[in-house]
Amino acid sequence: MWPSLVQRQIPSRLMVYLSPVLALLLSLLAGIVLFIIIGVPPLAALHAFFIEPLSTSYGLAELGVKGTPLILIGVALSLGFKAGVWNIGAEGQLTMGGLCGGAVALYFYGQEGFHILPLMLLAGVLGGVAWAAIVAFLRVRFNANEILTSLMLSYVAGYFLNFMMHGPLKDPEGYNFPESRQFSESALLPLLFDGTRLHIGAIMALIAVVLGWIILSRTLLGYQIKIAGSAPEACEHAGFSNNKIIWITLLMGGGMAGLAGTIEVSGPIGQLLPNISPGYGFTAIIVAYVGRLHPVGALFAGLLLALTYLGGETAQIRLNLPVAVTGVFQGLLLFFLLASDVLIRYRIQFGKPALTMEKN
Amino acid sequence: MKDSPYLIELKGMTKVFPGVLANDAVDLKIKPGEIHALLGENGAGKSTLVKMIYGILKPDAGTIFYDGKRVEIESPAHARKLGIAMVFQHFSLFDSLSVVENISLGINQAVDLKKLAGEITEISKRYGLPLDPHRHVYTLSVGERQRIEIIRCLLLQPRLLVMDEPTSVLTPQEVQKLFMTLNRLAEEGLAILYISHKLDEIKSLCHHATILRLGKRIGTVNIDNESTSSLAIMMMGEELERIDKGEKVTAGEVRLRVDNLTMPAIDSTGITLQNINLEVRAGEIVGIAGVAGNGQDELLKALNGEECCQTASSIIIENKPAGKLGPNARRRAGMASVPEKRLGHGAIPDMDLVDNAFMTGFHRMGLLARGLINYSKTRSFAHKVIDDFAVKTSGSRVPASSLSGGNLQKFIIGRELTQAPDILIVSQPTWGVDAGATQTIRHSLRKLADQGAAVLIISQDLDELMEMSDRIGAICGGRLSHFYPTNDMTVEKVGLLMAGVSLDQGEANVA
Repeated sequence: MWPSLVQRQIPSRLMVYLSPVLALLLSLLAGIVLFIIIGVPPLAALHAFFIEPLSTSYGLAELGVKGTPLILIGVALSLGFKAGVWNIGAEGQLTMGGLCGGAVALYFYGQEGFHILPLMLLAGVLGGVAWAAIVAFLRVRFNANEILTSLMLSYVAGYFLNFMMHGPLKDPEGYNFPESRQFSESALLPLLFDGTRLHIGAIMALIAVVLGWIILSRTLLGYQIKIAGSAPEACEHAGFSNNKIIWITLLMGGGMAGLAGTIEVSGPIGQLLPNISPGYGFTAIIVAYVGRLHPVGALFAGLLLALTYLGGETAQIRLNLPVAVTGVFQGLLLFFLLASDVLIRYRIQFGKPALTMEKN
Repeated sequence: MKDSPYLIELKGMTKVFPGVLANDAVDLKIKPGEIHALLGENGAGKSTLVKMIYGILKPDAGTIFYDGKRVEIESPAHARKLGIAMVFQHFSLFDSLSVVENISLGINQAVDLKKLAGEITEISKRYGLPLDPHRHVYTLSVGERQRIEIIRCLLLQPRLLVMDEPTSVLTPQEVQKLFMTLNRLAEEGLAILYISHKLDEIKSLCHHATILRLGKRIGTVNIDNESTSSLAIMMMGEELERIDKGEKVTAGEVRLRVDNLTMPAIDSTGITLQNINLEVRAGEIVGIAGVAGNGQDELLKALNGEECCQTASSIIIENKPAGKLGPNARRRAGMASVPEKRLGHGAIPDMDLVDNAFMTGFHRMGLLARGLINYSKTRSFAHKVIDDFAVKTSGSRVPASSLSGGNLQKFIIGRELTQAPDILIVSQPTWGVDAGATQTIRHSLRKLADQGAAVLIISQDLDELMEMSDRIGAICGGRLSHFYPTNDMTVEKVGLLMAGVSLDQGEANVA
């Protein structure tokens, strides 16, 4: 007899919040098994992966650097996912934002001034917003599934950036490498601590967390987001437009991703490259879910996922592990999280499926 | 026990759910050929008992004798093998398949469709259940769909037929036909267990009744010795009051006017509203009868602003055109509404009662200041609704989905009434609500009208409309009938209106 899933009467509230921790522990366990299989001493690997990056102040600063885009996007995606708007294409919105912000930096090449950075950030936000607006328009006007359109537009954005790198924005003195000029001093984000790469983008991420929290818990918009996701018909009855929520959450996600893109090119990178993100836009989806679709949760989840990037790099250097280990860990984490969530809402029953609903 | 006159005999049936004793040592006996009513308020334990008979739930204690032999009913399949069939309140039919295809799906073996169609026709003729086996289900009315379920049961040649609130979706004429069929079946020796809270129906159809209250059996009575009010007293444990309509003839000024409203259907399954004309005056209750799916939802959404009209003057609130206003602008103008579907439309299932109070109350109750939600004010609003309308809940922090149907409806109606609307539109105010809550709700609606509000009730419960409304009409196929003073009307006449027949001779069915 096949085991069947039976809905629990009331899912445990405690477990809903504990499930990310559970998922993390399970991924670590699975990681140990994985390391043993490929013949790497598991404790050394885990040390290199999770402890070593955090043992220096430089490492901690790097955690902030990698965490910044993840948190910025993760907060915005949390709001979107809560509203039932599945924007999977933050990576593309990040790319377009970075490209637009970078283009402004290159326009002012050789000039200095305080106006340059704000203009870049604004252009970055607008770039991401514009890219997400396509998705919102297709969804509202033609009911096109935003999961598909946003994902496909990510690839378009990637190719478009590549084209710009090989063409119009290529460094004229760059020996034909597909890279832009290095940005001038005024186009780079100020650093918070000397000797690290931690920049003021990290503060913007913290502001985003606080703003996201206030929006979600206290404002009419946050209320609309929650109700649109859980009961669209009730949303219409309350006089809120579901289409408006789709537009707002998508544009918000696009804007934050675009901002993150510009922060990347004007912060740690300092120029435009054909590849400006190691998949931050996709990883931010995991951030949103591990953070339980809550802005404060996204802060912690963003730092955790940032650690997997750092750990992957250290493990590469120390133990010669492939860079794919990062992706494996991220995937394991999401897999175990979703599995825990299912088991929190359902329980497995062996034997005859006499009770299909555990309700009276 | 060998020579028991009873087909089925339940003794001491007990079922415990976490925190609830759903059935407490319930006894029930049914003879062949008997129509036995199972009567009780919502949550009295009727469904639990029936589910144990049909093998869906396993009893914690108690024994079942079937045909004088002790049995343990393991599963619905086992129940069917014993000859127990059940017609559920909610049908399980595939819209895109034909009648005979739907029925063949319920039979666990290869079927000769032609032969099956013949059998269906035969049964449908024999028991007065007209049904064409080759029609597609989506073209059928609710009453016809129910016939499919009944025929599906009868094909199994059952000895006990269980019917769960079968008339909640039928017109009076359809109810009459159903009762004739059931009587014929009983004459042939079929035992029928009939679950309902409609006392009039039970009085006219059933032979015996077992009454449940809070999981306990209150008694088993011979229907001939009881009146509807004595049944109601046993069911509720308190005296029901009739609502006094009073002698008001003086309705006040027109608060809501609908002027030639036409609204095309949103999608292929929707209903197009055509030439709707309607007036509701201060102090009166106007009732709209109709069989489910004739445009009630569409009408409610057109009136409350969830769907906007093409012309602003189609809907006039307090002498001002409102056809193009959204729901919140209409709330500001004094209109409140209660949709038919509670969970997911009238309330947000997984959010708590405070958030649900905010949902429609934030405009008129001033719960919003500069874009920020005033939660302390919202909480006291929610508590006021819970207290004033006696909503049974363990607090305001529980999700709406945890409330029983009747309590949630009291909360939703209370939420709207507390805002003191000038116009209230309510759809199916007491559908699936137990008798106690029904009384509370009807009283509060009448009180609102007496205070000078215009009240419009859209309902499929004719008794309710006959009792509540001052003027009554019906909706059929997206068209509205004329309205008549309820005192001049009979159930039969309203039934004709519901079927789209005009009462005025020589006049076409103008809406």
